Amino acid sequence: MARTALLGRVTWRVATVVGDVAETATARTLRLQVADWPGHLAGQHVDIRLTAEDGYTATRSYSIASAPAGDEVEVTVEELPDGEVSPYLVRDLAVGDPVELRGPVGGWFVWRPSQLEPVQLIAGGSGIVPLMAMLRARSQAGGHAPVRLLYSVRAPDAVFYRGELERWRDETTLVYTRVAPPVSSRLVGRVDARLVMEACWPASRAPTCYVCGPTGFVEAVSDLLTAAGHDPARIRTERFGPSGGTR
Amino acid sequence: MGIVSKGFRGRRRPTDTELPPGQYLTTDFPVLSAGPTPRIPLDEWEFTITTESGGVHRWSWKDFRALPRESVTVDLHCVTRWSKLGTAWRGVAIDTLLAEVDTAADFALVHSYGGYTSNLPVQDLTDGQAWIVDEYDGEALEAAHGGPARLLVPHLYLWKSAKWVRGLSFSDTDEPGFWESLGYHNYGDPWLEQRYWDG
Repeated sequence: MARTALLGRVTWRVATVVGDVAETATARTLRLQVADWPGHLAGQHVDIRLTAEDGYTATRSYSIASAPAGDEVEVTVEELPDGEVSPYLVRDLAVGDPVELRGPVGGWFVWRPSQLEPVQLIAGGSGIVPLMAMLRARSQAGGHAPVRLLYSVRAPDAVFYRGELERWRDETTLVYTRVAPPVSSRLVGRVDARLVMEACWPASRAPTCYVCGPTGFVEAVSDLLTAAGHDPARIRTERFGPSGGTR
Repeated sequence: MGIVSKGFRGRRRPTDTELPPGQYLTTDFPVLSAGPTPRIPLDEWEFTITTESGGVHRWSWKDFRALPRESVTVDLHCVTRWSKLGTAWRGVAIDTLLAEVDTAADFALVHSYGGYTSNLPVQDLTDGQAWIVDEYDGEALEAAHGGPARLLVPHLYLWKSAKWVRGLSFSDTDEPGFWESLGYHNYGDPWLEQRYWDG
Protein backbone atom coordinates (compact mmCIF):
# COMPACT_ATOMS: atom_id res chain seq x y z
CA MET A 1 0.00 0.00 0.00
CA ALA A 2 2.81 2.36 0.93
CA ARG A 3 4.29 1.80 -2.50
CA THR A 4 1.13 2.69 -4.36
CA ALA A 5 0.64 5.80 -2.28
CA LEU A 6 4.16 6.96 -3.04
CA LEU A 7 4.34 6.22 -6.69
CA GLY A 8 1.20 5.24 -8.47
CA ARG A 9 2.13 3.58 -11.73
CA VAL A 10 5.40 4.76 -13.18
CA THR A 11 4.43 4.92 -16.82
CA TRP A 12 5.60 7.11 -19.69
CA ARG A 13 3.31 10.04 -20.43
CA VAL A 14 3.41 12.81 -22.96
CA ALA A 15 3.91 16.26 -21.46
CA THR A 16 3.58 19.58 -23.24
CA VAL A 17 5.79 22.55 -22.47
CA VAL A 18 3.36 25.34 -21.55
CA GLY A 19 5.79 27.89 -20.17
CA ASP A 20 9.40 28.55 -19.24
CA VAL A 21 11.58 30.81 -17.11
CA ALA A 22 15.28 31.51 -17.59
CA GLU A 23 16.60 31.14 -14.03
CA THR A 24 20.23 31.89 -14.92
CA ALA A 25 22.32 32.00 -18.10
CA THR A 26 22.52 28.19 -18.01
CA ALA A 27 19.39 27.07 -16.18
CA ARG A 28 15.79 27.02 -17.32
CA THR A 29 12.52 26.14 -15.64
CA LEU A 30 10.11 24.21 -17.85
CA ARG A 31 6.43 24.25 -16.98
CA LEU A 32 4.95 20.98 -18.22
CA GLN A 33 1.34 20.01 -18.58
CA VAL A 34 0.88 16.27 -18.12
CA ALA A 35 -2.43 14.60 -18.84
CA ASP A 36 -3.49 12.30 -15.98
CA TRP A 37 -0.62 13.44 -13.75
CA PRO A 38 -1.11 11.42 -10.53
CA GLY A 39 0.29 14.18 -8.29
CA HIS A 40 3.60 14.19 -6.45
CA LEU A 41 5.37 14.93 -3.20
CA ALA A 42 7.89 17.74 -2.82
CA GLY A 43 11.35 16.27 -3.37
CA GLN A 44 10.42 13.64 -5.94
CA HIS A 45 11.84 13.58 -9.45
CA VAL A 46 10.80 12.64 -12.97
CA ASP A 47 12.56 10.90 -15.83
CA ILE A 48 12.55 12.82 -19.11
CA ARG A 49 13.20 10.93 -22.35
CA LEU A 50 14.31 12.44 -25.62
CA THR A 51 14.12 10.53 -28.91
CA ALA A 52 16.17 11.35 -32.01
CA GLU A 53 14.81 10.93 -35.53
CA ASP A 54 16.49 7.54 -35.93
CA GLY A 55 14.93 6.23 -32.69
CA TYR A 56 17.98 6.74 -30.44
CA THR A 57 16.81 7.73 -26.97
CA ALA A 58 18.41 9.29 -23.90
CA THR A 59 16.75 9.57 -20.49
CA ARG A 60 17.77 11.60 -17.45
CA SER A 61 16.18 12.36 -14.07
CA TYR A 62 15.23 15.87 -12.98
CA SER A 63 13.92 17.04 -9.64
CA ILE A 64 10.46 18.56 -9.57
CA ALA A 65 10.54 22.22 -8.55
CA SER A 66 6.83 22.85 -8.11
CA ALA A 67 4.37 22.06 -5.36
CA PRO A 68 1.58 19.69 -6.42
CA ALA A 69 -0.81 21.64 -8.64
CA GLY A 70 -3.28 19.79 -10.83
CA ASP A 71 -1.79 18.46 -14.05
CA GLU A 72 1.24 20.79 -14.13
CA VAL A 73 4.79 19.96 -13.13
CA GLU A 74 7.81 22.25 -13.20
CA VAL A 75 11.39 21.11 -13.50
CA THR A 76 14.46 23.33 -13.46
CA VAL A 77 17.28 22.04 -15.62
CA GLU A 78 20.89 23.19 -15.36
CA GLU A 79 22.86 22.80 -18.57
CA LEU A 80 25.87 20.55 -18.06
CA PRO A 81 28.82 21.40 -20.32
CA ASP A 82 29.19 17.80 -21.52
CA GLY A 83 25.55 16.94 -20.99
CA GLU A 84 23.52 14.87 -23.41
CA VAL A 85 19.96 15.81 -22.46
CA SER A 86 20.28 19.04 -20.47
CA PRO A 87 21.55 21.27 -23.35
CA TYR A 88 18.52 20.31 -25.42
CA LEU A 89 16.10 20.98 -22.55
CA VAL A 90 17.73 24.34 -21.75
CA ARG A 91 18.41 25.57 -25.31
CA ASP A 92 16.23 23.83 -27.85
CA LEU A 93 12.95 22.56 -26.44
CA ALA A 94 10.28 25.17 -27.28
CA VAL A 95 7.05 26.14 -25.58
CA GLY A 96 4.36 24.04 -27.25
CA ASP A 97 6.67 21.06 -27.84
CA PRO A 98 5.76 17.62 -26.50
CA VAL A 99 8.24 15.60 -24.44
CA GLU A 100 8.04 12.21 -22.74
CA LEU A 101 8.03 12.05 -18.98
CA ARG A 102 7.73 9.33 -16.35
CA GLY A 103 7.13 9.68 -12.64
CA PRO A 104 6.98 10.80 -9.97
CA VAL A 105 9.87 8.75 -8.61
CA GLY A 106 11.51 8.61 -5.19
CA GLY A 107 10.00 8.20 -1.78
CA TRP A 108 12.80 9.09 0.65
CA PHE A 109 13.99 12.60 -0.16
CA VAL A 110 10.46 13.98 0.25
CA TRP A 111 8.64 16.41 2.50
CA ARG A 112 5.01 15.73 3.35
CA PRO A 113 2.48 18.38 4.43
CA SER A 114 1.78 16.23 7.52
CA GLN A 115 5.32 16.97 8.80
CA LEU A 116 5.10 19.73 11.39
CA GLU A 117 8.63 19.52 12.85
CA PRO A 118 11.24 22.16 11.92
CA VAL A 119 12.76 21.71 8.50
CA GLN A 120 16.35 22.55 7.59
CA LEU A 121 16.99 22.86 3.88
CA ILE A 122 20.58 23.05 2.63
CA ALA A 123 21.28 23.41 -1.09
CA GLY A 124 24.44 23.56 -3.14
CA GLY A 125 23.96 25.03 -6.63
CA SER A 126 21.14 23.39 -8.58
CA GLY A 127 20.46 21.25 -5.50
CA ILE A 128 17.99 24.02 -4.65
CA VAL A 129 15.40 22.54 -7.04
CA PRO A 130 13.79 19.82 -4.86
CA LEU A 131 14.15 22.07 -1.79
CA MET A 132 12.22 24.79 -3.63
CA ALA A 133 9.43 22.27 -4.15
CA MET A 134 9.45 21.73 -0.36
CA LEU A 135 9.30 25.49 0.38
CA ARG A 136 6.43 25.84 -2.06
CA ALA A 137 4.58 22.79 -0.74
CA ARG A 138 5.01 24.10 2.79
CA SER A 139 3.46 27.45 1.81
CA GLN A 140 0.65 25.64 0.06
CA ALA A 141 0.01 23.64 3.24
CA GLY A 142 -0.28 26.82 5.33
CA GLY A 143 3.36 27.26 6.29
CA HIS A 144 3.18 25.73 9.75
CA ALA A 145 6.46 23.82 9.78
CA PRO A 146 9.26 26.21 10.83
CA VAL A 147 11.77 26.26 7.97
CA ARG A 148 15.27 27.55 7.30
CA LEU A 149 17.14 27.48 4.03
CA LEU A 150 20.90 27.65 3.60
CA TYR A 151 21.69 28.05 -0.09
CA SER A 152 25.26 27.94 -1.34
CA VAL A 153 25.91 29.34 -4.81
CA ARG A 154 28.97 30.21 -6.86
CA ALA A 155 27.98 33.82 -7.46
CA PRO A 156 24.93 36.11 -7.36
CA ASP A 157 24.09 35.39 -11.01
CA ALA A 158 23.81 31.68 -10.25
CA VAL A 159 20.86 32.04 -7.85
CA PHE A 160 17.69 30.25 -8.97
CA TYR A 161 14.20 31.58 -8.06
CA ARG A 162 15.71 34.90 -7.00
CA GLY A 163 12.47 36.90 -6.88
CA GLU A 164 10.49 34.21 -5.12
CA LEU A 165 13.20 33.62 -2.51
CA GLU A 166 12.78 37.26 -1.48
CA ARG A 167 9.51 36.15 0.11
CA TRP A 168 11.49 33.89 2.42
CA ARG A 169 14.36 36.25 3.09
CA ASP A 170 13.99 35.90 6.86
CA GLU A 171 14.30 32.14 6.57
CA THR A 172 17.03 32.15 3.93
CA THR A 173 20.80 32.47 4.20
CA LEU A 174 22.67 32.78 0.92
CA VAL A 175 26.36 31.94 0.89
CA TYR A 176 28.59 32.67 -2.09
CA THR A 177 31.55 30.42 -2.77
CA ARG A 178 33.32 32.53 -5.43
CA VAL A 179 31.82 36.00 -5.85
CA ALA A 180 29.64 37.86 -3.34
CA PRO A 181 27.23 40.64 -4.28
CA PRO A 182 28.61 44.21 -3.98
CA VAL A 183 26.53 44.89 -0.88
CA SER A 184 26.89 41.88 1.36
CA SER A 185 27.79 41.41 4.96
CA ARG A 186 29.07 37.97 4.17
CA LEU A 187 32.49 37.03 3.06
CA VAL A 188 32.95 34.68 0.18
CA GLY A 189 33.41 31.15 1.40
CA ARG A 190 32.15 27.64 1.82
CA VAL A 191 29.61 26.31 4.27
CA ASP A 192 31.54 25.61 7.47
CA ALA A 193 30.84 24.72 11.10
CA ARG A 194 30.29 28.36 12.09
CA LEU A 195 27.75 28.93 9.34
CA VAL A 196 25.93 25.73 10.28
CA MET A 197 25.72 27.08 13.85
CA GLU A 198 24.52 30.52 12.76
CA ALA A 199 22.18 29.76 9.90
CA CYS A 200 20.68 26.37 10.73
CA TRP A 201 18.29 25.08 13.36
CA PRO A 202 20.20 23.80 16.38
CA ALA A 203 20.19 20.03 16.88
CA SER A 204 18.06 20.59 20.00
CA ARG A 205 15.11 21.55 17.75
CA ALA A 206 15.42 18.13 16.08
CA PRO A 207 14.78 19.38 12.55
CA THR A 208 14.52 17.07 9.59
CA CYS A 209 17.44 18.11 7.38
CA TYR A 210 17.37 17.88 3.60
CA VAL A 211 20.74 18.33 1.91
CA CYS A 212 21.00 18.40 -1.89
CA GLY A 213 23.89 19.29 -4.17
CA PRO A 214 27.09 17.95 -5.67
CA THR A 215 28.66 14.97 -3.92
CA GLY A 216 31.49 16.90 -2.24
CA PHE A 217 29.08 19.51 -0.92
CA VAL A 218 26.63 16.96 0.45
CA GLU A 219 29.41 14.92 2.05
CA ALA A 220 30.89 18.01 3.73
CA VAL A 221 27.55 19.43 4.91
CA SER A 222 26.16 16.17 6.26
CA ASP A 223 29.41 15.64 8.18
CA LEU A 224 29.07 19.18 9.62
CA LEU A 225 25.47 18.51 10.65
CA THR A 226 26.43 15.23 12.30
CA ALA A 227 29.32 16.95 14.11
CA ALA A 228 26.90 19.67 15.29
CA GLY A 229 24.83 16.98 17.00
CA HIS A 230 22.12 16.32 14.45
CA ASP A 231 20.82 12.75 14.46
CA PRO A 232 22.09 11.07 11.25
CA ALA A 233 18.67 9.42 10.93
CA ARG A 234 17.11 12.89 10.49
CA ILE A 235 19.48 13.92 7.70
CA ARG A 236 18.27 13.06 4.22
CA THR A 237 20.60 13.57 1.30
CA GLU A 238 20.41 13.68 -2.46
CA ARG A 239 23.72 13.86 -4.30
CA PHE A 240 24.84 14.15 -7.87
CA GLY A 241 28.34 13.54 -9.13
CA PRO A 242 30.12 15.28 -12.01
CA SER A 243 28.47 13.10 -14.62
CA GLY A 244 26.13 10.84 -12.74
CA GLY A 245 23.06 10.93 -10.61
CA THR A 246 20.11 13.20 -11.06
CA ARG A 247 19.91 16.51 -12.91
CA MET B 1 8.96 4.73 -30.80
CA GLY B 2 8.48 7.78 -28.65
CA ILE B 3 7.96 11.38 -29.59
CA VAL B 4 10.76 12.65 -31.80
CA SER B 5 12.45 15.78 -30.49
CA LYS B 6 13.34 17.93 -33.50
CA GLY B 7 17.06 18.46 -33.77
CA PHE B 8 17.95 16.13 -30.91
CA ARG B 9 20.83 13.88 -31.88
CA GLY B 10 22.18 12.87 -28.50
CA ARG B 11 25.78 12.33 -27.66
CA ARG B 12 26.43 8.77 -28.64
CA ARG B 13 29.71 7.50 -27.43
CA PRO B 14 31.46 4.82 -29.40
CA THR B 15 31.69 1.75 -27.22
CA ASP B 16 32.62 -1.85 -27.83
CA THR B 17 30.66 -2.99 -24.82
CA GLU B 18 26.94 -3.17 -24.93
CA LEU B 19 25.41 -1.49 -21.90
CA PRO B 20 22.12 -2.47 -20.29
CA PRO B 21 19.13 -0.55 -21.73
CA GLY B 22 18.92 3.09 -20.72
CA GLN B 23 22.44 3.24 -19.24
CA TYR B 24 25.30 5.53 -20.22
CA LEU B 25 29.00 5.16 -19.64
CA THR B 26 30.86 7.16 -17.02
CA THR B 27 34.53 7.08 -16.11
CA ASP B 28 34.26 8.76 -12.72
CA PHE B 29 32.56 7.19 -9.71
CA PRO B 30 29.46 9.08 -8.61
CA VAL B 31 28.27 8.75 -5.02
CA LEU B 32 24.61 8.28 -4.16
CA SER B 33 23.34 7.58 -0.67
CA ALA B 34 20.26 8.46 1.30
CA GLY B 35 21.97 10.04 4.30
CA PRO B 36 25.26 11.01 5.89
CA THR B 37 28.27 8.76 5.45
CA PRO B 38 28.72 6.65 8.61
CA ARG B 39 32.28 6.39 9.94
CA ILE B 40 32.90 2.99 11.53
CA PRO B 41 36.16 2.43 13.47
CA LEU B 42 37.72 -0.89 12.47
CA ASP B 43 37.98 -2.06 16.09
CA GLU B 44 34.19 -1.68 16.40
CA TRP B 45 33.32 -3.10 12.99
CA GLU B 46 31.78 -6.53 12.82
CA PHE B 47 29.94 -8.56 10.26
CA THR B 48 27.16 -10.95 11.25
CA ILE B 49 25.08 -13.53 9.48
CA THR B 50 21.80 -14.47 11.16
CA THR B 51 20.11 -17.62 9.91
CA GLU B 52 16.39 -18.32 9.63
CA SER B 53 16.61 -20.36 12.84
CA GLY B 54 18.19 -17.47 14.74
CA GLY B 55 21.78 -18.72 14.70
CA VAL B 56 24.30 -15.87 14.63
CA HIS B 57 27.78 -15.97 13.08
CA ARG B 58 30.16 -13.07 13.78
CA TRP B 59 33.38 -11.86 12.23
CA SER B 60 35.49 -9.08 13.71
CA TRP B 61 37.58 -7.00 11.31
CA LYS B 62 40.54 -9.21 12.18
CA ASP B 63 38.54 -12.40 11.56
CA PHE B 64 37.26 -11.01 8.28
CA ARG B 65 40.70 -9.97 7.05
CA ALA B 66 42.03 -13.46 7.82
CA LEU B 67 39.57 -15.12 5.41
CA PRO B 68 40.64 -16.20 1.90
CA ARG B 69 40.41 -13.18 -0.42
CA GLU B 70 39.54 -12.79 -4.08
CA SER B 71 40.14 -10.12 -6.69
CA VAL B 72 37.21 -9.32 -8.96
CA THR B 73 36.86 -6.94 -11.90
CA VAL B 74 33.25 -6.18 -12.74
CA ASP B 75 30.92 -3.66 -14.41
CA LEU B 76 28.65 -1.52 -12.24
CA HIS B 77 25.18 -0.35 -13.25
CA CYS B 78 23.44 2.30 -11.15
CA VAL B 79 19.68 2.79 -11.37
CA THR B 80 20.36 6.52 -11.87
CA ARG B 81 21.63 5.43 -15.30
CA TRP B 82 25.39 5.53 -15.12
CA SER B 83 27.46 2.44 -15.78
CA LYS B 84 31.12 2.09 -14.95
CA LEU B 85 33.07 -0.69 -16.57
CA GLY B 86 35.98 -2.77 -15.34
CA THR B 87 36.01 -1.77 -11.68
CA ALA B 88 38.59 -3.68 -9.61
CA TRP B 89 37.71 -4.87 -6.11
CA ARG B 90 39.14 -7.18 -3.49
CA GLY B 91 37.34 -8.93 -0.69
CA VAL B 92 35.74 -12.13 0.54
CA ALA B 93 33.21 -14.16 -1.45
CA ILE B 94 29.86 -14.70 0.25
CA ASP B 95 30.42 -18.38 -0.57
CA THR B 96 33.44 -18.29 1.77
CA LEU B 97 31.38 -16.82 4.60
CA LEU B 98 28.55 -19.27 4.02
CA ALA B 99 30.91 -22.24 4.34
CA GLU B 100 30.54 -21.73 8.10
CA VAL B 101 26.76 -21.21 8.02
CA ASP B 102 23.93 -23.71 7.97
CA THR B 103 21.00 -22.22 6.09
CA ALA B 104 18.38 -23.28 3.57
CA ALA B 105 16.61 -19.92 3.43
CA ASP B 106 15.52 -18.42 0.13
CA PHE B 107 15.81 -14.73 0.99
CA ALA B 108 18.40 -12.40 2.48
CA LEU B 109 18.11 -8.92 3.92
CA VAL B 110 21.36 -6.94 3.85
CA HIS B 111 21.92 -4.61 6.82
CA SER B 112 24.20 -1.59 6.88
CA TYR B 113 25.64 0.74 9.48
CA GLY B 114 23.36 3.78 9.37
CA GLY B 115 20.21 1.68 9.02
CA TYR B 116 20.09 1.01 5.27
CA THR B 117 18.73 -2.35 4.14
CA SER B 118 18.32 -4.15 0.83
CA ASN B 119 16.77 -7.51 -0.01
CA LEU B 120 17.70 -10.17 -2.52
CA PRO B 121 17.31 -13.89 -3.08
CA VAL B 122 20.03 -16.02 -1.47
CA GLN B 123 20.69 -17.63 -4.85
CA ASP B 124 21.95 -14.24 -6.09
CA LEU B 125 24.56 -14.14 -3.34
CA THR B 126 26.14 -17.54 -3.97
CA ASP B 127 28.14 -19.31 -6.70
CA GLY B 128 30.71 -16.57 -7.13
CA GLN B 129 28.16 -13.79 -7.71
CA ALA B 130 28.65 -11.64 -4.58
CA TRP B 131 31.41 -10.48 -2.25
CA ILE B 132 32.04 -8.37 0.82
CA VAL B 133 34.72 -6.03 -0.53
CA ASP B 134 37.04 -3.72 1.39
CA GLU B 135 39.47 -2.67 -1.35
CA TYR B 136 38.78 -0.67 -4.49
CA ASP B 137 41.41 -0.09 -7.17
CA GLY B 138 44.17 -1.35 -4.89
CA GLU B 139 43.31 0.95 -1.97
CA ALA B 140 41.28 0.58 1.21
CA LEU B 141 37.64 1.34 0.31
CA GLU B 142 36.89 4.93 1.30
CA ALA B 143 33.89 5.73 3.47
CA ALA B 144 31.99 7.64 0.77
CA HIS B 145 32.00 4.51 -1.40
CA GLY B 146 30.97 2.22 1.45
CA GLY B 147 34.11 1.56 3.50
CA PRO B 148 35.23 -0.17 5.63
CA ALA B 149 33.33 -2.78 3.61
CA ARG B 150 30.39 -3.04 1.25
CA LEU B 151 28.47 -5.79 -0.45
CA LEU B 152 29.19 -6.21 -4.16
CA VAL B 153 26.50 -7.88 -6.28
CA PRO B 154 27.38 -6.55 -9.72
CA HIS B 155 24.70 -8.38 -11.72
CA LEU B 156 22.00 -6.29 -10.00
CA TYR B 157 21.56 -2.51 -9.89
CA LEU B 158 24.10 -0.97 -7.56
CA TRP B 159 21.70 -0.07 -4.74
CA LYS B 160 21.67 -3.81 -3.93
CA SER B 161 25.43 -3.59 -3.28
CA ALA B 162 24.84 -2.05 0.13
CA LYS B 163 27.55 0.29 1.46
CA TRP B 164 28.81 0.12 5.06
CA VAL B 165 27.56 -3.44 5.28
CA ARG B 166 27.30 -4.99 8.72
CA GLY B 167 25.38 -8.20 8.13
CA LEU B 168 22.98 -10.47 6.36
CA SER B 169 19.85 -12.00 7.83
CA PHE B 170 18.34 -15.03 6.15
CA SER B 171 14.64 -15.71 6.07
CA ASP B 172 12.05 -17.89 4.40
CA THR B 173 10.07 -14.78 3.51
CA ASP B 174 11.07 -11.87 1.31
CA GLU B 175 11.10 -8.53 3.12
CA PRO B 176 11.55 -5.38 1.01
CA GLY B 177 14.59 -3.27 1.92
CA PHE B 178 14.99 0.52 1.99
CA TRP B 179 14.70 1.48 -1.68
CA GLU B 180 12.56 -1.57 -2.41
CA SER B 181 9.96 -0.11 0.02
CA LEU B 182 10.24 3.31 -1.63
CA GLY B 183 9.21 2.44 -5.15
CA TYR B 184 12.28 0.74 -6.59
CA HIS B 185 12.14 -2.73 -8.09
CA ASN B 186 12.24 -5.70 -5.74
CA TYR B 187 14.85 -7.56 -7.83
CA GLY B 188 16.62 -4.93 -9.95
CA ASP B 189 18.09 -6.68 -13.00
CA PRO B 190 19.73 -3.94 -15.12
CA TRP B 191 19.53 -6.04 -18.30
CA LEU B 192 15.74 -6.26 -17.88
CA GLU B 193 15.71 -2.58 -16.83
CA GLN B 194 13.90 -3.37 -13.58
CA ARG B 195 14.24 0.12 -12.13
CA TYR B 196 10.90 0.78 -10.52
CA TRP B 197 8.54 -1.57 -8.80
CA ASP B 198 6.14 -1.87 -11.67
CA GLY B 199 7.98 -0.45 -14.59
